[in-house]
Amino acid sequence: MGNLTIEYKLNVSLVLLLLAIPAIALMLDEPFYITLATKVVILALAGVGLNLALGLGGLISFGHAAFFGIGGYIAGILASHSLNAELMFTLAGTEFDGTTNMLVIWPLALLVSALVAVFIGYFSLRTKGVYFIMITLAFAQMIYYFAIAWPAYGGEDGLSIYVRNQFMGLNTLDPIIFYGICFALLMSVLLLVSKLKNSHFGSALQAARQNEQRLAAVGIRPFGIKLTAFVISAMITALAGALFADLNRFVSPDMFSWHTSGEIMIFVILGGVGRLFGPVVGAGLFILFEYYLGGLTEHWALFLGLVLLAVVLFARGGLVGLIAGEVKHD
Amino acid sequence: MTDSILKITGLQKSFGMLKATDDLSLDLRAGEIHAVIGPNGAGKSTLIKQICGELAPDSGSVEFLGKEITALDVAARARLGLGRTFQVSSLAMEYSALRNVMLAVQSVQGSSFKFFKSLAADQPLRDTAMHCLTEVGLERRADICAAQLSHGERRQLEIAVVLALQPKAFLLDEPMAGMGAQGSQRLTGFLDQLRQRAPILMVEHDMDAVFSLADRISVLVYGKIIMTGTVDQVRSDARVREAYLGEE
Repeated sequence: MGNLTIEYKLNVSLVLLLLAIPAIALMLDEPFYITLATKVVILALAGVGLNLALGLGGLISFGHAAFFGIGGYIAGILASHSLNAELMFTLAGTEFDGTTNMLVIWPLALLVSALVAVFIGYFSLRTKGVYFIMITLAFAQMIYYFAIAWPAYGGEDGLSIYVRNQFMGLNTLDPIIFYGICFALLMSVLLLVSKLKNSHFGSALQAARQNEQRLAAVGIRPFGIKLTAFVISAMITALAGALFADLNRFVSPDMFSWHTSGEIMIFVILGGVGRLFGPVVGAGLFILFEYYLGGLTEHWALFLGLVLLAVVLFARGGLVGLIAGEVKHD
Repeated sequence: MTDSILKITGLQKSFGMLKATDDLSLDLRAGEIHAVIGPNGAGKSTLIKQICGELAPDSGSVEFLGKEITALDVAARARLGLGRTFQVSSLAMEYSALRNVMLAVQSVQGSSFKFFKSLAADQPLRDTAMHCLTEVGLERRADICAAQLSHGERRQLEIAVVLALQPKAFLLDEPMAGMGAQGSQRLTGFLDQLRQRAPILMVEHDMDAVFSLADRISVLVYGKIIMTGTVDQVRSDARVREAYLGEE
């Protein structure tokens, strides 16, 4: 119980810190910090998605860039059609336009990523361990090369979005407002994931990680549980991708690359595999390293690598585990 | 035989040149304990795996409650009411004893796709699971993580999990393994009662337990059943003595 309380306190502190960042940035007269924090929040969201599959289900997906990129490209493609006043496509006599409305972009990103995740998951979840890692990587790389070779949407050069997409009439170009949108989404998803973790489904999912044979023996088919988790996980990461496109007002095939998959995985491992706020801590640390050490040396990733090494060797529960102790199931 | 709960007919399974299961037929009748014995390497584990669905036979069929289940997977067979325990305890090691049983209860309820209902707050489900733990005498260890339970306690927990499934037949793979004299005795008494709930097909090495429990015994040698009979018949059979009991 004592340990649970520490993790709870840590989580609350993190939420308060994220809430206070706009005020801190304004006080320090460093508005750029808000953009930096927005990046942390968005990348954390991508990590929260992966953490559902990796942390709870033990599914080591090395292809979550696919979903991150899908979210990004959906935002980019819809916005570019809308901004250029071009028709997207015509289907059965109905004309489909692009849009800059986030409330249309997000559901579409969720839908498309879910469909792709069903497809990828259906095949890759038949394998385990290193094969699963390789198959998810292969699928993501296929999409990466497809994006590069697709000239309609910028190919290798990517796609610019001149104005940030719209959300209920708010001025999304205002850093604080955009930060608020991203923060609210992250909090909602964290709430959802924490519910999921403690639900009947979450119990079956975590049992699938521990012992699939046991799960099947009580009559629950591990495949269905894992596929469902994989799809939800992909949808969350895709949502982060859509926000990331809006943050940078630019999407490129890099979003699909295996570097991106690796970075999302690093957030999870640094922060703590399977810990609710693990990816938040992980993404925060990653961006701090990138910003501060990146300002001092090009080789900042070397130091990040050392930290990652230390975490993997000495603190399996990541930084959250280091602070709050090991996970306890009731 | 109309009162066969489980019926295996002409089962064949080869691994390369090795015939692990060789035209094997046996059945399990209502209310009985049917023990399968045989020397090491006789193909007992292979048989169990084919009955519970972990391994597909090359040919032959498995019928359960009058239904052909040969093509069904492990989870489907479990849901039909085939409750098996493992030779080497197979549990969710990070979960407490209670949560291991709760997993079985939620499977029976078919509630594994409830995404928002808190498991810990589901009192009826907890109560049902606790009841099963109490039946095997593990209620005071309910909150202990499975990894921290003793070997014997894990075997008890496996039984509690299988009770929670409310099976139509029990499939026990060496339930006495590593139980110690006292534990075996207690478990023997427990299984004796259990057959009233559902028939038991068990593979077992412990001859004392087999002879005191089994209504029928099948002797498996090199993938073939060389005889099926009562305890007395098996004890006095010359082939069995030669193949298996010879050294005793």
